[in-house]
Amino acid sequence: MAEHRPDSRDLGAASRAKPPRGTPAPRRRAHTSARDLERYAGLFAARTQVMRSSAMRDLMAITARPEVISLAGGLPDTSSFPPESFAAQMTKIAQESSAEALQYGPTEGFDFTKECIGQVMAAEGMSPDPDDIIVTTGGQQAIDLVTKTLVDPGDPVICEAPTYPGAVPVFCSYEADTHQVSMDEGGMRIDELEALLDRLAADGRRPKFIYSVPSFQNPAGVTLSAERRRRLVEIARSREVLLVEDNPYGLLRYEGEPLPPLYQLDGGDYVIYLGTFSKILSPGIRLGWCVAPPPVMEKVVLGKQATDLCTSTLTQYFVAEYFAEGRWRDYVADLTVLYRERRDAMIEALQRHFPPQCEWSRPEGGLFLWATLPEYIDTSDLLAKALRENVAFVPGAAAYVDARHSSAMRLNFSASQADEIREGIRRIGQVVWEQVALYETITGEHPARRPAESDTAELEAEGADVLPLRRREARGGEAGH
Amino acid sequence: MRAAVLAGGRSLERQISLRSGARVEDALRSLGHDVIQLDPGADLVRRLKDERPEVAFIALHGPGGEDGTVQELLEILAVPYTGPGVAACVRCMDKIVAKHEIRTAGVPTPDWVAFNATAFRELGAADALEEIEARLGFPLVVKPASQGSSLGVEFAGSRDDVPAALVAAFSYDDRVLFERYVKGRELAVGILGTDALPIVEAIPKQEDFFNFEARYEIGRTTYVCPAELSEPEAQAVQDAARRTYEALGCAGFARVDLMLAEDGEPQVLEVNAIPGLTDTSLFPQAAEAAGLSFEDMVDRIVALALERRSESAALPG
Repeated sequence: MAEHRPDSRDLGAASRAKPPRGTPAPRRRAHTSARDLERYAGLFAARTQVMRSSAMRDLMAITARPEVISLAGGLPDTSSFPPESFAAQMTKIAQESSAEALQYGPTEGFDFTKECIGQVMAAEGMSPDPDDIIVTTGGQQAIDLVTKTLVDPGDPVICEAPTYPGAVPVFCSYEADTHQVSMDEGGMRIDELEALLDRLAADGRRPKFIYSVPSFQNPAGVTLSAERRRRLVEIARSREVLLVEDNPYGLLRYEGEPLPPLYQLDGGDYVIYLGTFSKILSPGIRLGWCVAPPPVMEKVVLGKQATDLCTSTLTQYFVAEYFAEGRWRDYVADLTVLYRERRDAMIEALQRHFPPQCEWSRPEGGLFLWATLPEYIDTSDLLAKALRENVAFVPGAAAYVDARHSSAMRLNFSASQADEIREGIRRIGQVVWEQVALYETITGEHPARRPAESDTAELEAEGADVLPLRRREARGGEAGH
Repeated sequence: MRAAVLAGGRSLERQISLRSGARVEDALRSLGHDVIQLDPGADLVRRLKDERPEVAFIALHGPGGEDGTVQELLEILAVPYTGPGVAACVRCMDKIVAKHEIRTAGVPTPDWVAFNATAFRELGAADALEEIEARLGFPLVVKPASQGSSLGVEFAGSRDDVPAALVAAFSYDDRVLFERYVKGRELAVGILGTDALPIVEAIPKQEDFFNFEARYEIGRTTYVCPAELSEPEAQAVQDAARRTYEALGCAGFARVDLMLAEDGEPQVLEVNAIPGLTDTSLFPQAAEAAGLSFEDMVDRIVALALERRSESAALPG
């Protein structure tokens, strides 16, 4: 799910966190010789061969340097959560339910947690049967459990292109045959999906599920249109294919009318719904959930039992206390105000600092925006250049199962202050301009003229039309919203 | 002995350097040394002054650590350090300078043409692309001049691939080179002191050919050491490596990467002044094939650093 922080790119801030006092220095195990490693290599499961590699992770680790403005993470801003409230709830738990909160809990999760989940889902018009819910260790585990339950090696799975980067290693580790369907401003292209389903059907194959983040997609920032939602649900019914709806950001809407979740449209027959408290409360509590039809749920529960027996009891108690306070919706509203301002700062900075050949999505909610550069720029290479300017983003390749060449990047606007966002985008814009100018010089195209800072200032002072014109161009594809 | 291990740094190869450094640190400890870890940053010189190590083991890769910068500082502070000296590092890090030296020494290296970004921006270098392509032929390799790893190395199969390959290479450095592609076997020769270690052959899976990631991963590239070569072939390869090492003025240890072309001639591609020392790196594998454990190898590298120091101290002036 889109919340999770499976890769080090998201660990920037977290890995800098101070350890608790009194932690002894870790003692590293003596390293193995090359021959030992070869011996281990012979023991690795076949699935490790398809797991994604570490080089990109190594590169992303550099983004954790304190001087780097990282627009690469996917972190919500937990600094906005009131520490007094946190302290009061934990104290209450210690005083009133210490023994229970420190004990194992049911694999499915506590009823009181499901009650909170019911409230969150009701806020988007859904009312699942509590028996259909399992509380998971973050939304990431929900993706893992669903895939573990449904996918044998070689089974087809369909997801969006680009897809949530954290889903890629899950699909790879279960050796799914993953197909990606491209998106436009209205989300997943249904015509392309149907063509793909037809092709698979012609080979006598049917996908185990279609994975989608319909609202404010990670990484593309687009939202599946109302019409496509209805069609997707119809397709699932008529072709008897499961939809896995991952909805971490649904409540973080900054403009426009809410759209019905697939789960609501379908009633839960063909939709497995994944939710999380990560973006509306805290990712550190690792609480997510999965809603699935009873036969699927039965297997998911067995899978969960094998993985970790139960989700943290302590953090389930915390969520229950927090919800009992009755202010959770106010906190989500506060986050919405905060993130809207940051999104606006990012879009404004993009208009100002990126060359006109670039396009970007204009998300109505969520945490991410997807910027597409001219085709000849590979954003994995560009990241190296950007890091020299102390700024980072997620290269588009991370969002594709085949790690294909990508000239797009994911930009996060929830984890940085507006000023940092502006400066970060200015620096990225600068390196993009340099590459565009270089390319045009090499190919003999008319070299791009970058407006001098003074020009821009002038235009702004006049409130001139030149910049808004580019803005319209850049947003040209969004009429469908 | 008080030994400082320099690892980490700010280059793109930071993680690999940390892995190399961790291994070296363990080896030095098990050899009975008192080890200080140093991750070079703004406080490097101050820490070196405070800690006063008797030797510095440089396990840094890429610009900053492998290009003579750190070496120069250690010279000023009179701390003996492992691996090649300042001048050799400068020459190795810059592939263009290195290739000139290699060619001058009479060692074959694939033909090349080098440019900086200014040549394109201000001197119309783009107009010479046709001549370059005619001279080197396709496919050709486009490389940034100063990346230690294969980051930014691109293959251009045809004319249409050239602009994007250039844009990619220029992401890593302001200077790039076009190099004639040599078809053949991918080999690496580690040199320890003045001895060539057994040759390593890297056999990447077809789809991972020249993939940066693949080189550091078990299962995606197969390493054979010693490489299966005929005696004359092996001798020619080791000889080319040794001559390259000498021509560039290397000392201590280094790794020479080359191709054994289909006509049987070794063609030197580049020299890594500080080769990777991770679990999957080629240099330690070669040392192991020569009967040296990782500890033996580290011990020898440190001894060479101290020897070199005493030699240079003995020089007049």
